[in-house]
Amino acid sequence: MSSAIIPLNALGRQKSAQTGGCSAQGCGSGGGQAADGLAPDIWQRVKDHPCYSDEAHHYFARMHVAVAPACNIQCNYCNRKFDCANESRPGVTSERLSPEQAARKVVAVASRVPQLSVLGVAGPGDALYDARRTFETFDRVAEVLPDLTFCLSTNGLALPDWVDEIAARRIGHVTVTVNMVDPEVGARIYPWIFHGHRRWTGLDAARILHERQMEGLERLAAKGVLVKVNSVMIPGVNDDHLVEVNRWIRERGAFLHNVVPLISDPGHGTRFGLDGQRGPNPAELKGLQDRLDGGVRLMRHCRQCRADAVGLLGEDVSQDVTLDKLPETPVYDPAPRAAYRAVVEREREDRHRAAAAATAGLARSGLPARLVAVCTKGGGRINQHFGHAREFQVYEVDGRGVRMIGHRRADNYCLGGDGDDDRLDDIIAALAGIDTVFAAKIGHCPKRDLAKAGIAVIDSYAHDYVETALADWFQAALPAAFTA
Amino acid sequence: MAYQIVASTCTACGACEFECPNGAIRMKGDIFIVDSGKCTECDGAHDSPQCAAVCPVDGTCIPL
Ligand code: SF4
Ligand code: SF4
Ligand code: SF4
Repeated sequence: MSSAIIPLNALGRQKSAQTGGCSAQGCGSGGGQAADGLAPDIWQRVKDHPCYSDEAHHYFARMHVAVAPACNIQCNYCNRKFDCANESRPGVTSERLSPEQAARKVVAVASRVPQLSVLGVAGPGDALYDARRTFETFDRVAEVLPDLTFCLSTNGLALPDWVDEIAARRIGHVTVTVNMVDPEVGARIYPWIFHGHRRWTGLDAARILHERQMEGLERLAAKGVLVKVNSVMIPGVNDDHLVEVNRWIRERGAFLHNVVPLISDPGHGTRFGLDGQRGPNPAELKGLQDRLDGGVRLMRHCRQCRADAVGLLGEDVSQDVTLDKLPETPVYDPAPRAAYRAVVEREREDRHRAAAAATAGLARSGLPARLVAVCTKGGGRINQHFGHAREFQVYEVDGRGVRMIGHRRADNYCLGGDGDDDRLDDIIAALAGIDTVFAAKIGHCPKRDLAKAGIAVIDSYAHDYVETALADWFQAALPAAFTA
Repeated sequence: MAYQIVASTCTACGACEFECPNGAIRMKGDIFIVDSGKCTECDGAHDSPQCAAVCPVDGTCIPL
């Protein structure tokens, strides 16, 4: 069973008969499995982290604070000089914060966004280069919000120096970006690194970086930290090579592998962008992810968030909470977060039960898998108007179940009230390979235009859970022979 | 002898400030500047000027 799949029969979970079968992340507990095929103790640690559990990302929000502007390496896919409020990619942020300012912002957001469960430091440079800023931020926040989950992202170069500090602060989630395990490949991605008071280039740079990344990964995993490895998929440079990367990181205890597509618009001024290096298309990305299935657990719902992202994944409200809009001394009110958590616990159980019941019959079907797109505002429900969707979540449905496998961006078709046709064309292009979309509602004209393009939009499952709706729809399409 | 920072290409990332062995670099308003009285070009401390070696934008940390 693939590790990225929520098996339908496990959605009801309680006491699933399966034991073992957890090889991908080597959880080793051998006990009954919890959600997402995880051991119960691990599930407790990821269930509220929207990046580590695609189940959690329906309910919980994370916040990144940009306290780490400086970096110790140069990547060909990054240009930190670019700073644009419309950007949405790692390394870009419009506000640089001191640790004290960042803590103030977190407290204010926690009072206003009850879904907040995770605080991350993810740049815009490297969180562990000038690590004291990162740690001071966590220390200040921990005084007010001890129950927040802390995480950070790093390129790994400085990681071995800080493993003990990370573990001591109970920073339980660390993301390391690993794009290669072969210095020959690395030399095409990293022009230089700064290490040991000097600049290294070429194979030397890539070799040092690789050794430090692997050492850091191994030691973090040994301390029980859940390590997510991000890999930027660069066609022709490291795409095939990422299969090898997946094997290396599995052997060193990584918990999740997140392959993200290269973003290389020439307008961003990155080396790759200027050189015309292209990113992968959705089919290529999915093709690689399918090849990696069965190795380290895959994350397929990453949104490549800005370094100051705030909110549910795919729904960034960072521009509403810039420093000038926050009170001087925010007072933290824990009530909204506590109330929200209680609701989520109930809602989750209900959703799991409903999904298990609705999809029980699918296992008998031998029909080919279908890819569909869903418009959702969160909660695991089909609850967004087509015209308001900034992105579509992509699900795969077949006899094994209903699984989220990715997302496609479609920057808000409905900006002016009634959408304009160019945007619809963009959406049709973004939906390549998908012929069915589920939305809470859709206007008559776009529905007709999409139908002409061969895409059916279904709004009869408005506000239903994604799993129950898709299972019901898939089931209805089965010939009688399969359902008998 | 001292180094200087070209304000027009500086990204204000602060890496140079972090590396300077003499505390010669600081932020002034929105930009980073070198105190030429404190800068030794890293002579005796490191093989090469640290600010230039760590700066992500070539040609931004240069001799005065
Ligand atoms: S960039 Fe990816 S890993 Fe980081 S918060 Fe966004 S979705 Fe999660
Ligand atoms: S050359 Fe060395 S001493 Fe002078 S500013 Fe740069 S880092 Fe500091
Ligand atoms: S390292 Fe370069 S870009 Fe960064 S602050 Fe110093 S001079 Fe500016």
